[in-house]
Amino acid sequence: MNRIELTSRRDFLNSVFSAGAMIFAAGVVPSAEADVTKSTWNPSVFIGVDTDGSVTIVAHRSEMGTGIRTSLPMVVADEMEADWNRVRIEQALGDKKYGSQNTDGSCSIRDFYDLMRQTGATARFMLEKAAADQWKVSATECKAQNHQVHHTPSGRSLGFGELAAAASKQPIPRPDLVRLKLPNEFRYIGKGVPSVDLKDICTGHGTYGFDARVPGMVYASIERPPVLGGKLKTFDDSAAKQVAGVSQTVVIEGAQPPYGFQALGGVAVIANNTWAASEGRKKLKVEWESGPHAVFSSEAFKKTLIDTANKPQQVVRTVGDVDTAFNGAAKIVEANYYTPLLAHAPMEPPAALAEYRDGKVEVWAATQNPQAVLTTVSKALGIKESDVTCHVTLLGGAFGRKSKPDYVAEAAILSKKVGKPVKISWTREEDIHFDYFHTTSAMYFKAALDASGKPTAWLQRTVFPPIGSTFDEKEQYGGGELSLGFLDVPFDIANFRAENGPAQAHLRIGWLRSVANIYHAFGIQSFIDELAHTTQKDPVEYWLATLGAPRQIDLATQKAKYTNYGKPLAQYPIDTGRLRRVVEVAAEKSGWGNRKNGNGRAWGFAAHRSFLTYVAAVVQIEVDPSGKLRIPRVDMAVDCGQSINPDRVISQFEGAATFGASIALMGEITAADGRVQQSNFNTYQVARINEAPYETHVHLVEGGGPPTGAGEPGVPPMAPAICNAIFAATGKRLRELPIRKQKLV
Amino acid sequence: MIRLKVNGASKEYTGDPAMPLLWYLRDELQLTGSKFGCGMGLCGACTVHVNGEAARSCLTPMQSASGKTIVTIEGLSANGDHPLQKAWEQHNVPQCGYCQAGQIMQAASLLKTKPKPTDQDIDQAMQGNICRCGTYQRIRAAIKTAAGVKA
Repeated sequence: MNRIELTSRRDFLNSVFSAGAMIFAAGVVPSAEADVTKSTWNPSVFIGVDTDGSVTIVAHRSEMGTGIRTSLPMVVADEMEADWNRVRIEQALGDKKYGSQNTDGSCSIRDFYDLMRQTGATARFMLEKAAADQWKVSATECKAQNHQVHHTPSGRSLGFGELAAAASKQPIPRPDLVRLKLPNEFRYIGKGVPSVDLKDICTGHGTYGFDARVPGMVYASIERPPVLGGKLKTFDDSAAKQVAGVSQTVVIEGAQPPYGFQALGGVAVIANNTWAASEGRKKLKVEWESGPHAVFSSEAFKKTLIDTANKPQQVVRTVGDVDTAFNGAAKIVEANYYTPLLAHAPMEPPAALAEYRDGKVEVWAATQNPQAVLTTVSKALGIKESDVTCHVTLLGGAFGRKSKPDYVAEAAILSKKVGKPVKISWTREEDIHFDYFHTTSAMYFKAALDASGKPTAWLQRTVFPPIGSTFDEKEQYGGGELSLGFLDVPFDIANFRAENGPAQAHLRIGWLRSVANIYHAFGIQSFIDELAHTTQKDPVEYWLATLGAPRQIDLATQKAKYTNYGKPLAQYPIDTGRLRRVVEVAAEKSGWGNRKNGNGRAWGFAAHRSFLTYVAAVVQIEVDPSGKLRIPRVDMAVDCGQSINPDRVISQFEGAATFGASIALMGEITAADGRVQQSNFNTYQVARINEAPYETHVHLVEGGGPPTGAGEPGVPPMAPAICNAIFAATGKRLRELPIRKQKLV
Repeated sequence: MIRLKVNGASKEYTGDPAMPLLWYLRDELQLTGSKFGCGMGLCGACTVHVNGEAARSCLTPMQSASGKTIVTIEGLSANGDHPLQKAWEQHNVPQCGYCQAGQIMQAASLLKTKPKPTDQDIDQAMQGNICRCGTYQRIRAAIKTAAGVKA
C-alpha cells in the first residue's frame, strides 16, 4: 500500500521554499511491511506548495522521449486540482527513496499511476481541510478547484498558496478517507498536456548529457579494447600529447568479467575541448592483447545458433504431446528464423560529466537508471553510495542503452585521476562498437496441420546469447527473455511445446526497446502467416481461428515460468479476448477486408501482446520492379488499458512503427575476429524520413483495466507484418532479418 | 585569426583552424542547441545555417567558416516563434528532442528555397536528418503547417 506523510524539510533538491510551505512526501510501502517504523521508511518527496501558490512536483523517472517527465507530475496535479500553469517540474536526483527510477520496461505509468493519484488527492484533501478549519465549516462543503479551495454555500475561496501553511499542519488523512477523482472529474488525465520540455527543445535550450557543463571541466576521449575483455599491452602517447589542447593521458584499468556496468577500460586523452581530445586520441599508438573473444565471427556463429535450434533442447512450456501429434499429422510445416545483433544508436551517444572532490563525486548523466549510477560509480571509485550524487539530464534517446551506466563510471574514474571535472562524450563509432547489443537469435518451428488446415501441434525453439551473460559470463540460457513473447504464445493449440537451447555471448548483451519480443514476434508471427498461406486461408481469419475463443491463459498449468512483466496475472491476465479485439479493430480501420494485393503492393498483418499491452498491426507495402520497398501506411490498434496522456501514447506507437521498420529493413551488426564491423550511420543504417512508414495510424482501443506499457509494445509486430506483406506481394518468405540484405524480386 | 558572425554577434577565433564549427559553437560559445550525432555529416543533428543555407557544422572546419554568418537554433528567431518552431509545438513533434534543432534548421533552409514544398521536396531535403524516435510523420506535417500547404 502507499503511505503518505509530510516532511519536515523546508527545501528539496534545487527548490527553496518559504517558511509555511507545504512539503509533501509519499512512498510505496509493500503491504507486508505496513507496520514498518517511520525511522526506516524513507519517503520520496513529490510535492511542494509554496506560500505564493507555486507548486513544485518532482519527476523521478528519466525523460528520453516518452513524455514521462510531464505525464506523471500531470497526474499529481490533476488529483490535487493544481493549475498546470503554476506547476514547476523538478527532476529528481538518483535516490532509492523514490522507489524504482529505472526508466525501462515500459512501466513508469503502470507502476506509479496509483501512487501519484493518491499523493495528489491527499494534498487536495489537506488543502480542503485547512480551508474548512479556517472558515469553521465542514470539509465536505469545501472543494478544491484549479488552485483554489471554494466554500460553495458562502462563496468564499482561498488560494493554495494562502492555505499552504495551514495545510502543512494538517494530519495526514487515512487513505480510505481520501477520495480519488472520478474519471469525469479529470482535468488533465486522459486528455494530456504538452511536454514541459517542448519549448526548450524547439529553441535549442534542452539540456542533455552532452550539454552538461561545470566550470573548469576538461574533456576526455578514450581508446578502448576493440575486443571484449582485451588487455592493454603497450601504448605510446608521445604524438597525442603534442596535439594542442591535450594535457595528459590516463589509463583506465580493464574490466573483469562479468562485465556488468563496469567501465571497459582503455587509454584516455584529456584535453580542453572535445575536438582536441579526439584528435589526441587518434594519435595514440596502442597495442592490445585480444583475449578469448577474438574468435567470434557472427557469420560462423549464425550456423552454430541454427544447429542448436534444430536439435531438441530444454523444455520451457508443454501442453499435450506434440510428438504423437506430429506422427499422425495430415501436413507438417517446418521453418528456421534468424535475426542479427542490433545496436541501440540513440541520437545522443552516451555522455556524462563527473566532478570528484574530497572523496565524493557529483555526476550529471543522460541515464535511464540513476540508482545504478550510484552503485556503479561507488564501486568503481571505492566510495560509499551516499557519496555519489547523480543529476539526471534529458536523454537524447536511450532505448535501453542508457540504463547501463558504464560511461558514467568512465567519467567518474577519470575525474578522480585527473583531479578536475571530466566530461566524457562518446563518438558514434564508440557508441556502435561498444554497445550492449540486442542479441542475435535463431528459432525453429514445426507445426502439424489437420485436414482442415488447423494446427494440431506446434513446436518452437529459441536460441540466443542471453542478457544474463553480461552479469554471469557462464550464462547461456534465456532468463527473462523467455517471458517476452515466447512462453506466452496465445494460440489455442492442443499440443504445444516450447524449448530453449544454449548460446555463448562474445559481446556485452543488453536489452533494446521491446527486447526478446523482437525476435520472438518475428518468428512466431511470420510462421503463423506461413501456415495461413499453406492452407490458403486469409491470414487474419486464420490467425483469429488459431487464437481460439476469448479466454485467460494460465501458463502455470503448462510448466511455464512466466513472469508477466512483473505483474500478477490476476490483475493483468493474458486475455485473448482483448487480443482478438485489437486484431479486429486493426483489420477494420485499415480496410483489410477490401485490400487488393498485386502489382508489387500488398498488405501484411501481425499481432502481439507485450508489456501487458495488446497490439495489432496492418502494414501496407510497395515493392518496385528494382526490389525497392516503400511502406505507405501502417495501422496499429492498441489496447494499453487506460491512456493517461493519449497524444504521448500515440506518438510512442508512431515512433515504434518506425523503430520496428528500421530493425526489419536494415538493422544489422556483424562481427569478425571479435570486432564489431559497423561504425557509424553509413554502415549501421537506421530509417530515414523517406524509408520510414509514410503514415502510421494509431487506434487506441480502451479495453478496460489499468494502464499498461506504451514505449515498447509497438515495435514487435512491425518486422513480421512487413515480411508477411512482402510474401503477399512477391511470394518470397523472408525468414531472416534484415530485409535489405535479401533480394525481393 | 578567424572572424565570423554567430547569431548576429561578431566573434574571433584563434584555435585550431581544422576544428569543426560544431565544437566551437558547443564548447567555446556554449551554444549547445546544435547537437553531435555522427561527426560525418550522416545524421544532421548538428545542422546550422552558414550564410543562410543549411550546413553540417560537424563537417565545417573553422577555417571555412571564416567571414561567414552563422545562425544556430538559438538564433533562428528572437522568441522561439519562427513559423517552424510554432508548428513543431502545435504538432507536438519532439519525443526525446535531440535531433529536432537540426531538423528545424534543415526545414527552415528548405522553406527559403521552396516555400510550398511537396512531399517529395520534404523527403529530399530532410532525408539527411535522422530521428531515432521516429517523429518523421509529424515533422512532415509541421513543415506543411508552417508552409501553409495542405497536409
